[in-house]
Amino acid sequence: MASDIDRYELIWIYLCAAVLAGLFGVLLYSAFGLGIHVETDVGQIHPTQVATTAPFDQPGLRQVGPDEYEAVIVARAWVFDPPEIRIPAGSTVTFKLTSLDVIHGFKVPRTGINRMIIPGQISVVTHRFDEPGTYPYICHEYCGSGHHIMNGGIVVEPR
Amino acid sequence: MNLAELYRQDAWHMRWLIYLSFAMLAVGGLYGALQGLDKMGVDLYRYLPDPLYRYYLGLTVHGVTLGWLFTTYFIIAFLNLATVHGLRRPLQSRRLAAATFVLAVGGGILALVPTFTNESSVLWTFYAPLQAHPAFYTGLTLVVVATWTAGLNTYLTWRGWKKEHPGERTPLMAFASLTTWAMWALASAGVAAAMLFQLIPWSAGLIPQVNPLLTRSLFWFTGHPVVYFWLLPAYVSWYTMLPAQVGGRLFSESLARLVFLSFIPLAVPTGFHHMFPDPGVTHSVKLLHAVLTFAVVFPSLVTAFTVVASIEVGARRRGGKGLFRWLLALPWLRDPSVAGQLLGMLLFATGGITGLINASYGMNLVIHNTLWVPGHLHTQVAGAVALTWMAASFWLVPLLTGRALWKPKLAVWQVWLWFFGMAVMARGMHWMGLAGVPRRVHLTYAPYAVFDEWRMAGWLVGSGSLLMLVSGALFFLIIGMTVWASKEPARVEVPEAKPLHPVDRMPRVLDRLTPWVAVTLVLIAIAWLPSLYRIATTHPYVSGWRLW
Repeated sequence: MASDIDRYELIWIYLCAAVLAGLFGVLLYSAFGLGIHVETDVGQIHPTQVATTAPFDQPGLRQVGPDEYEAVIVARAWVFDPPEIRIPAGSTVTFKLTSLDVIHGFKVPRTGINRMIIPGQISVVTHRFDEPGTYPYICHEYCGSGHHIMNGGIVVEPR
Repeated sequence: MNLAELYRQDAWHMRWLIYLSFAMLAVGGLYGALQGLDKMGVDLYRYLPDPLYRYYLGLTVHGVTLGWLFTTYFIIAFLNLATVHGLRRPLQSRRLAAATFVLAVGGGILALVPTFTNESSVLWTFYAPLQAHPAFYTGLTLVVVATWTAGLNTYLTWRGWKKEHPGERTPLMAFASLTTWAMWALASAGVAAAMLFQLIPWSAGLIPQVNPLLTRSLFWFTGHPVVYFWLLPAYVSWYTMLPAQVGGRLFSESLARLVFLSFIPLAVPTGFHHMFPDPGVTHSVKLLHAVLTFAVVFPSLVTAFTVVASIEVGARRRGGKGLFRWLLALPWLRDPSVAGQLLGMLLFATGGITGLINASYGMNLVIHNTLWVPGHLHTQVAGAVALTWMAASFWLVPLLTGRALWKPKLAVWQVWLWFFGMAVMARGMHWMGLAGVPRRVHLTYAPYAVFDEWRMAGWLVGSGSLLMLVSGALFFLIIGMTVWASKEPARVEVPEAKPLHPVDRMPRVLDRLTPWVAVTLVLIAIAWLPSLYRIATTHPYVSGWRLW
């Protein structure tokens, strides 16, 4: 140990390490206790094969169970296909996303939905919509001069 | 050797790199003000000629001039000075210093020309498959090469010093510069690989396709530690200079060394926390990068104690009393160089907290790619780093020109105005981010920008950026008048903080680089190589697009 380290300094160091370890414990609990995960490696699809490969050959909304839907959305400069989906309140939607050209993003404000859309990759995110209303989905990664007009909407209709 | 003689050889390139750095700050800052106003729905772009009125051209200029050039130019100059002063020795190689200058400036010009002609509106992160002009990538690569030659020159100077001082401990100021270069040499490998093996040959038409996930991952290999490359010169000032400026002593030199050294292994294996919502990267490696990002906060928390304690020593010597009242004994309103750095530290503390939030895995989904993120980045870089550098230049420019600082009272106003502008702007950006406003959008014309909350927060962003614009103008006035009009000769020297306690025992590992670099290589191999290899070999390669 070096001779010039103060006692208070050591106490501070231990405190800081403990705080960081505690915060990281909370993080692990949120991931494995509560199951809140970020995106992982889901699958790949080459942009030139998007138009001929299921499910991306038919973008749109499909019902896959009671109150459960799958929304297949293809991003390209500067539109989402489809630009709008309609679901009844209380529905759980699994979004499957990919890009035809450059990197795009997929963000729905006021929800936890936040994904990058990278050409060659498939992104997946699931969310339950309980409150009726219109939720925009916004491209949040720069994709050229029309980036700021690239958006779509989820209309959640009251039951 | 007397001091004037010591700096004579290296003064010209330090001085010119600092001037050019501030010129970049001016160019990038002007676009920054336009971007801030855009967030409150004011569009001043329409008064600019073609192609300058284009929002994303401006955003690319803002990022390249500030993120790559303002920073790099100042860092090279400032770390050169710290090395020369710390070792009391001119730089080892004049040729290498001249080559560094030519590479840095030439590379900057090469990157900026195709940016201003609207051939490279790909922003400072240049995510493929958006494809810029080959000169854009080549120019930025040369700027990185300039950092390597500058680091090499520091290393050679250190070796020369060691030969003449066998068994002596390296003076802290020089050792801190050396650790910064070592960290950066390892960190910059990512972006260099992306440039040399993918982006340059691809943009020149030599290879048809690139792997967008690979180039993006390699960018963030460098893109997170680059922030420490910007920050560590500010740390050099806070640890080794600022205590002397307030009449204090460095509280503990061994901990200061530990802090600088621990950035070498901890800075690099963190970058995937910028890619939490990305497909193609697995949970386990993202969690590993999250824990290592928490670890890299640790040296900054130690800094919070050691630097503040060093300043407290000075404040008490100036007659400061009480548990906290000693803070008032600091020259907040008298010494612009001290005030600017203290205010920069306050902004830095807020950014440390927001940074932990960014790194917190699931919580990242709330803020990823919203305006929150540039809000965080601005408190760190436009706040802590830029404010510290402006404040340091209040003694640095007089030292290098021999002319006394013009109107120090005005300089006090300048740093406080920057601080308030930055705080107001950051508050607005964080607020907008939490409300879901995406970053990097021309918001005035976004059809989805219909929420009252967005507009209200946007007013904070716009007015904060205006305060910073005024402060920036004052800064250029002060520096310009100091250089061109100040008649009074400068009576300044490099402030150099002495340690509070003489260090009689110190582990030898705190004066060496090799073991730290070795640990870093192991960490990089674990945290990056498997993912990079998998992405490079199994993920799709795609064609380029020009969409602006």
